Amino acid sequence: MIPLSWYLIVAALLFVIGFYGALSRRNAIAILMSIELMLNAVNINFLAFWRYLTPEDMAGQVFAIIAITVAAAEAAVGLALVIAIYRSRDTVSVDEVDLLKG
Amino acid sequence: MVMRVVFVVVSLFTLVMAFMVVSHPTLFSSALYLVATFLGVAGLYVLLEADFLAVVQVMIYVGAVSILIIFAIMLSRGMMGKRTSSHNRQAKWVALASLLLAILLLYFITVLMRWPAVQAGPVPAGAIQMLGQDLVGRYVVPFEVASVLLLVALVGAIVLAREREI
Repeated sequence: MIPLSWYLIVAALLFVIGFYGALSRRNAIAILMSIELMLNAVNINFLAFWRYLTPEDMAGQVFAIIAITVAAAEAAVGLALVIAIYRSRDTVSVDEVDLLKG
Repeated sequence: MVMRVVFVVVSLFTLVMAFMVVSHPTLFSSALYLVATFLGVAGLYVLLEADFLAVVQVMIYVGAVSILIIFAIMLSRGMMGKRTSSHNRQAKWVALASLLLAILLLYFITVLMRWPAVQAGPVPAGAIQMLGQDLVGRYVVPFEVASVLLLVALVGAIVLAREREI
């Protein structure tokens, strides 16, 4: 049997990779992809704890399904925002979208 | 033992692909690596014996979200735009901060935290039936809230992305 902590380590590393991408990429779509990586890491944690602590109770899986739903909604709205910004500002680089910067 | 080897292979694949997502300068390649990462995560779900979630992962992430992302890349100029650096100026410092965060998390998981010596029991035979019954039974309110959220997101995405000026 694989130890629980191995899953937690993989999820933590995946989260850190997503964290790096979300803060270091210029392109808004790349940032959204990094956020998806982070959400996937969270889901791995949900399912790992479900599997190792309460496999007879489906709460962990339900939570993961809700998280996937929210992630899908986030992706749809986020990409629509990116397309709207691209249409009005002709760029998707977050460095150039600085209307609110004083 | 075999399971551990499979686990290490799958997670290394996932992590390498995830690293390529954030480090590859071409946006379109990043999106393709993202698909591979999602598949690797689905493999981890299979190893966790969450069969339904693995299928959901393949259908929603590999099927829907990556298509959405690739469409957005093709609609914006990200793919063939002029070559600028793909990472911003603070990338070095972010890398340092990520490394520190990784060390902190690994220290917390492996050294600091005493995980209870859990021996994972078997997954019940009718797990998927139980999940379905729970979704429309005990957890019907979050389920309905999630569906309303999806509807709102759908309408919102259409309103935001449509051609006509608002």
